[in-house]
Amino acid sequence: MAATPKPRVKVPKSAKAGEVIVLKTLISHDMESGQRKDKEGKPIPRKIINKFACEFNGQPVFSCDLDPAISANPYFEFSAKVPESGTFKFTWVDDDGSIYTDEQKIEVN
Amino acid sequence: MERLKLLTGTAACVVLTGLAIATAMADPVDDTLEIDGVPMITKAPAPEGHPFEEVLSGWLFREAETRATEAESFANPGMFAVERGAEIWGTVEGTMGKSCASCHNDAAESMKGVGASYPKWDAKSNKPLNVELQIDKCRVENMGAEPYKFDDADQVALTTYIKHQSLGTPVKIDLSQGDMQTWWDKGKEAYYTRTGQLNFACASCHEGAMGKYIRADHLSQGQVNGFPTYRFNTAGMVSLHNRFRGCIRDTRAEMPKAFSDELMALEVYVTWRGTGLSVETPSVRQ
Repeated sequence: MAATPKPRVKVPKSAKAGEVIVLKTLISHDMESGQRKDKEGKPIPRKIINKFACEFNGQPVFSCDLDPAISANPYFEFSAKVPESGTFKFTWVDDDGSIYTDEQKIEVN
Repeated sequence: MERLKLLTGTAACVVLTGLAIATAMADPVDDTLEIDGVPMITKAPAPEGHPFEEVLSGWLFREAETRATEAESFANPGMFAVERGAEIWGTVEGTMGKSCASCHNDAAESMKGVGASYPKWDAKSNKPLNVELQIDKCRVENMGAEPYKFDDADQVALTTYIKHQSLGTPVKIDLSQGDMQTWWDKGKEAYYTRTGQLNFACASCHEGAMGKYIRADHLSQGQVNGFPTYRFNTAGMVSLHNRFRGCIRDTRAEMPKAFSDELMALEVYVTWRGTGLSVETPSVRQ
């Protein structure tokens, strides 16, 4: 799974105002710890997702730092209360500086 | 640092041993699998001549978290391989300018239930073919493309994609075609033959000690209905012949080549042992 990391998110399409909803995210990533060696005995450089964040209409909902012991393809599941219609924005930061993002709208009625 | 690691290792071993003793005779769990709400058959009456009364999916032998990951396709990292497989399905390769989709159209229709009936007899090569070999045959004869190298990531992804179209379909292979019965017999012989420095047969663990622990590992019936499978152990997809070879390596025996006659016979026999179980590809295991 060495291809470009591919994020996936699961957010309900709609919710009632003030309802607590469950958000799920998964990204394909090797999470190379930096502690392994290749066939020639040279260390394989660390390359992990080191930060994950979720925002709702620009306001932080959830964020965390990741360390090398996290397995490949990190999965997060958390909940949030939605006061109004808007957009959840998800951001993953890679060690090489790449940023992967995904967005999902939710209708609150 | 090295010493610290060693100490940590020892501590971990003690904990694991403790666990193993506490649940040394643990049976498979009494649980039902629904993938995105669709029920899967994880327990089925064994076919005639089977050593067990009931065949059990390996899913029943895994931890609650592992079982939950398979029950929701969103959480299942094996679905990345399915997505990659779908891309390959529509990609033109080879000298004849064709993709899988050029002939087989929509896999959701053309491949529905197909993976549940492999290995299948191939009269032309006078051998049984599994999905991987059928793909290669198609690539060479109909696409003018190179066959895949064993365990090429694309081979595993395409196999996963094709078998995933049979999700839920009970495994049933046709032993009446060609010499399938002879291959079944050879496979059975291999299954019960002890090999390697540890002198294990497949049956030593997956029949005789089924449900017990080998160190921290809960031994299942060794069913193949979920292959290719996503393993947390390697954080990637594992093909059936990779798993066969891994098991044989662990007995410290010489490993037959992938797709060799020996392993194809074993695939025919072991697939039959799981008759009636739903295809779970991509299953999630430890």
